[in-house]
Amino acid sequence: MIRVESLWQRGVLDFLRSPMAIVGLLILAVIVLAALFAPWITPQNPYDLMQLDVLDARLAPGATSGEGHYTYWLGTDGQGRDLYSAIVYGLRISLLVGVGSALIAAVIGTLVGLVSAYAGGWVDALLMRLVDLLLSFPGILMALMILAWLGKGVGNVVLTLVVLEWAYYARTARGQALVESRREYVEAARGQGISRWRILVGHILPNCLPPLIVIGALQIARAITLEATLSFLGLGVPITEPSLGLLIANGFQFMLGDEYWISVFPGLALLLTIVAINLVGDRLRDVLNPRLQR
Amino acid sequence: MSLWLLRRVGQAVLVMLLMTVIVFVGLNAIGNPVDILIGEDLNQAERVQAIARLGLDQPLWQQYITFLNGATHGHLGKSFVHHEDALQLILQRLPATFELAFSALLMAIVIGVPLGLFAGLYPDHFASRLMMTGSIVGFSLPSFWVALMLIMLFSVHLGWLPASGRGATREWLGIQWSWLTLDGWQHLLLPALNLALFKISLVLRLTRAGVREILPQDFVKFARAKGLSPLRVTLMHVLRNTLIPLVTVLGLELGSTIAYAVVTESIFAWPGAGKLILDSINTLDRPVVVAYLMVVVVIFVSLNLLVDVLYRLLDPRVRLEGAQ
Repeated sequence: MIRVESLWQRGVLDFLRSPMAIVGLLILAVIVLAALFAPWITPQNPYDLMQLDVLDARLAPGATSGEGHYTYWLGTDGQGRDLYSAIVYGLRISLLVGVGSALIAAVIGTLVGLVSAYAGGWVDALLMRLVDLLLSFPGILMALMILAWLGKGVGNVVLTLVVLEWAYYARTARGQALVESRREYVEAARGQGISRWRILVGHILPNCLPPLIVIGALQIARAITLEATLSFLGLGVPITEPSLGLLIANGFQFMLGDEYWISVFPGLALLLTIVAINLVGDRLRDVLNPRLQR
Repeated sequence: MSLWLLRRVGQAVLVMLLMTVIVFVGLNAIGNPVDILIGEDLNQAERVQAIARLGLDQPLWQQYITFLNGATHGHLGKSFVHHEDALQLILQRLPATFELAFSALLMAIVIGVPLGLFAGLYPDHFASRLMMTGSIVGFSLPSFWVALMLIMLFSVHLGWLPASGRGATREWLGIQWSWLTLDGWQHLLLPALNLALFKISLVLRLTRAGVREILPQDFVKFARAKGLSPLRVTLMHVLRNTLIPLVTVLGLELGSTIAYAVVTESIFAWPGAGKLILDSINTLDRPVVVAYLMVVVVIFVSLNLLVDVLYRLLDPRVRLEGAQ
């Protein structure tokens, strides 16, 4: 029997051939599940002030709470929050901001890229110069400026990241669309009298997706890092929201007194998340890049 | 070539102008500096006088023209907070930032190129695989967190290196240098390493990719067939050809290194332009923020221009493409 594999099936099998990618995928699955089910797997809601006990502040990992209710496996921070709970809740914001901004930016950027490729001429030139300008400027500086202007807030951070990220998708979508539009299947579709816009969205866009997915994965990692960095600098998420960057900033002042855990554990969680995403993204790039397939 | 150069310079100037407009309009939307700078105990007349002194009573376009006129003469306004010329303030701090950025890039080259060369020559060696996975971790490390970890390990725990400040400097050519004192070196090491980590991964990957691409080419085989020693082939033929794209990328990376120094400088209390800008954002010191952005834009556009011109001079293929 001849097994017929679709391109995507082959991609999945190809993907799973790398052990590091599987490790990344597993770690990522655990992190996503933990973030989704945070209230059920943590002993306290670290952002409900009623549940915190200031007397429990800055306890070392493994210490028990004053009344002996539970054990702080990763210690507590300056406000007496259970660090494990705070990290799991912080991951929620990280993933929300990372995935949210990447999705919005992907939709906007891809649309702009397709329009640019479709329109050509001065529209194309103008849009691509704008993209060039955006990409040539360092992200962190733009983010600082935009957030200084908008003020703190989860929504503002997402907006800032979208402004920084859409250009990557736009450039890739445009380039890919131009390459694809010279292929024979497009010629065939044109011969059938299908409108240009429908060819673009229905035929060319699906074939542009692989590189866009790779960019998406890497941009999620970048967005999570930037959110944490901006929150650490005091320009991102407000202190009432859970954020790994804020936890790390909170721990900075106690670190010199050798109370290492407040900064170390949230950072490790952040690092693990980003490494996992990058491992998956790196493998995706190898699998989806036709130039590397032998 | 001269026509192309003229057009390219024109483009660069246009980009700078566009950026001045964006920066100026954008920053005017950030709150009213009057509320912060002028005490509430002033009466109305004193308020108006203070506003006029800062030039904030004129319409926005007038303020922009004044700003642009000043900018062409090197005046970007006086700092609201430090009461000094904003550009002067930035330029005073810039050498410290440059020193940090160059040290980081140098570190990235010294560590990244040999490792990348090894990984490219022996791609199946287990050390090479380790390096490639390690470089993913290097890309993933949140640099602000690494900074804290470096401080914790080397300053708090081991007590080997200082955690903040620039240490003793020595003047040379009218500029203070950390490179010229031992104390300065000790203060420089941790922030430079922090800033370099990402670049080490980048250089390693670029060098490896370059070596892998060049090794199977005919001129390498020919060099071997000529009977040159493997070391000579590696250094003179393979490495040299890898360095061209590497230098380009690093030239462009200098800009982003200076930008990311904002984070490193603020953690290590390095007295550079990045720390100044972060403080200025928090105090709404608009002239300093504008001056800093202008300086960064000029640095960026010049770097891009320089790389473009060098590329045309070095690579005849790019020149031909442009002539068509």
